[in-house]
Amino acid sequence: MPVLRVIHDCDRFALTIERLCRHLIEEHGDFANTCLVGVQTGGVQLAERLRDKLTQMGVTDYDYGKLDITFYRDDFRTAKGPLTPQQTEIDFLVENKRVILVDDVLYSGRTTLSALTALNHFGRPAQVELLVMVDRRFRRSLPIKANYRGITVDSLHDEYVEVQWAETHGKDQIILTGSE
Amino acid sequence: MASDQQLSTKHVLGIKYLTAADVELILDTALQFKEVINRPIKKVPSLRDTTVANLFFENSTRTRISFELAEKRLSADTVNFSAASSSVKKGETLLDTVNNILAMKVDMVVMRHPAPGAHHFLASKIDASIVNAGDGTHEHPTQALLDAYSMRDALGGDLRGKKICIFGDITHSRVALSNVFCLQKLGAKVRVCGPPTLIPKHMRSLGVEVSYNVDESLAWCDVANVLRIQLERQDTKFIPSLREYNRHFGITRERVDRLDKPVVIMHPGPINRGVEIDTAVADSEHSIILEQVENGVAVRMAVLYLLAARRKEG
Repeated sequence: MPVLRVIHDCDRFALTIERLCRHLIEEHGDFANTCLVGVQTGGVQLAERLRDKLTQMGVTDYDYGKLDITFYRDDFRTAKGPLTPQQTEIDFLVENKRVILVDDVLYSGRTTLSALTALNHFGRPAQVELLVMVDRRFRRSLPIKANYRGITVDSLHDEYVEVQWAETHGKDQIILTGSE
Repeated sequence: MASDQQLSTKHVLGIKYLTAADVELILDTALQFKEVINRPIKKVPSLRDTTVANLFFENSTRTRISFELAEKRLSADTVNFSAASSSVKKGETLLDTVNNILAMKVDMVVMRHPAPGAHHFLASKIDASIVNAGDGTHEHPTQALLDAYSMRDALGGDLRGKKICIFGDITHSRVALSNVFCLQKLGAKVRVCGPPTLIPKHMRSLGVEVSYNVDESLAWCDVANVLRIQLERQDTKFIPSLREYNRHFGITRERVDRLDKPVVIMHPGPINRGVEIDTAVADSEHSIILEQVENGVAVRMAVLYLLAARRKEG
């Protein structure tokens, strides 16, 4: 029987979002040369949440975009990845910009690799940083590391970590699904 | 959109053989490719391991260029073949020609052929996915898909209940039949209008309204898709003269000016200006003829992408 365990509840979730925003402000100052890019679909939800919080903190003037990586997936030929693309909405060039790539979970690193390839089609950024809500630090397949992380989870290969959102699941929380 | 949607077929031989869900999936996927082709770098790596052969046994300008661009923007390897400069001239059969090309490890075939049904014949003989780029007077599915995409774009989304009239030479047009199938699958009301000699009798049996009155049809429709008079396919006289055709059935400036609402003007090209449509109408603000060409690349990228995804799975 699969079991569900809440590893980050609603209250801690909000604190984590706030901490990530403060960390971003510490590193990026007034965000003058910064863009925030969410990776579809979980990364976009996280990026929207960061955006709301940054606005409350007075940071509003930066480029914001959504990036879909479906056409760049390295598992297209195995047809295991999502086939139907989501919307990409980047109406600016990332040339010489500092890009914060946002995703919900960092696991194998393959999504991030695809996102980096896709991002290059919008110019040559000065710097790309990675922000994730969950860093499943073991089982990485590629040499990729997050600059900003919400929580670090040590999980087994057959376990599944999901970031749930109030808009879609009724509650902001992170759950771990595994076998008994 | 669900993440596991697939085409129901491994070939695109005609709109008739696609489901309504297939058509919706292609148009929705094309929407994302439209964004790709408007980026500074208009290329994605999805089909980098796929080789596509473009076999054109009939003349083509925009369809061939459009397919080739679509393939290149998906990073596919492409080989081009034109019957005029090939061993077909030496008497080689279609099956031999294609099998020889497939022996060079080609995954997909885009083919235009003058014989209706040539694609079905090939599909029963070879393993590669086949895309019909026009078979005689039968079907031209990707043109119908790009027309539907352009109509959705111009009319703000859903085509259900929208009135679309196809004007001109219906008898000799493969675009007309594919358009009828496609628009009906999307829930639009379809009418054809032209001289009785250029409208086949079976049109009514497809659930299509038939009219011989251009003014009344223009007033009825939301979109006018104007087709070319295909003189090269007419072995007998269907109309007295091109001048008379223009006078009675042409989409002229005067006719459009008399309308009390704007009508979206479309034409799959090539245009015979001054025959089926006047220059002033073809170049007017309500014309989306060049948008059709742009959308053609996005729609063909979607077709190739979805077929490739299905091949990987199969």
